[in-house]
Amino acid sequence: MNRLVTPLLCGALFGAGLVISGMADPSIVLGFLTLAPGWNPALALVMGGALVITVPGFFWLRRRARPFVAEQFVMPPTRPVDHVLILGAALFGLGWGLAGFCPGPAIVSLGLGQGAALLFVPAFLIGGKIADFVEPLLRHRSA
Amino acid sequence: MNLILALLGGMLIGASALLLYAVEGKIAGISGIVFSATGVERVWKLVFLASLMAGGWLAIGVGASTPHAPVPATPGGITLLLLAGLSVGVGTRLSKGCTSGHGVCGLARLSPRSLAAVMTFMGIGMMTATALRYAH
Repeated sequence: MNRLVTPLLCGALFGAGLVISGMADPSIVLGFLTLAPGWNPALALVMGGALVITVPGFFWLRRRARPFVAEQFVMPPTRPVDHVLILGAALFGLGWGLAGFCPGPAIVSLGLGQGAALLFVPAFLIGGKIADFVEPLLRHRSA
Repeated sequence: MNLILALLGGMLIGASALLLYAVEGKIAGISGIVFSATGVERVWKLVFLASLMAGGWLAIGVGASTPHAPVPATPGGITLLLLAGLSVGVGTRLSKGCTSGHGVCGLARLSPRSLAAVMTFMGIGMMTATALRYAH
């Protein structure tokens, strides 16, 4: 039970950050992604503000053999930069630029009962299932 | 749009990601948490996601402005939104991360995969949104 305190706290901090920053509002996000007169660069500060915390923080954690409570750090692979990664990131960028939703803000908007998220999130979940089917085919082709 | 609020909100997101990694050793990547909320990992991931939604409510409760994302008014708009959701789902699953997993955590882990992913989705995102504006 105690092990759920950190996820509980972190989820709330994250969700509050998304709303406070403006990231949860697709019109603000599209205002940042659209390079046209009236471009609003403010959202660059959201990732900037997050990195100001995580870059030194994660660097400091590298000296530790294990996290404060869990047995080990999860270490997703940092290489290779392959065609599946780039294709996936490109498709993500395409959808993000069309709707102004990335996954976190879409989940927060769903919680707020925003209509667009009620359509976007189910489509996002189906997309994940499609990827599970497609990924082996993409890897097979290149093998 | 308030620059201070963007920075403050970003710092809260960063604090969340750092705390989760420092204490539990887990990556605060939203797409990854959603797609892998199964097995023994299921409980903490569902707690995190429920709390993510609650955090949005809390922020509005203390005075943040409510994000506005209504259902699009036209069938074309609805189709576009569904295609966008599909594309983000396929894309983040294939590239194993989104704005948070690759952007906030991956860049801080100095991951070449994350740097490549961030440059790609930022570039394509900007090209798409800009093209859509000029197509109208």
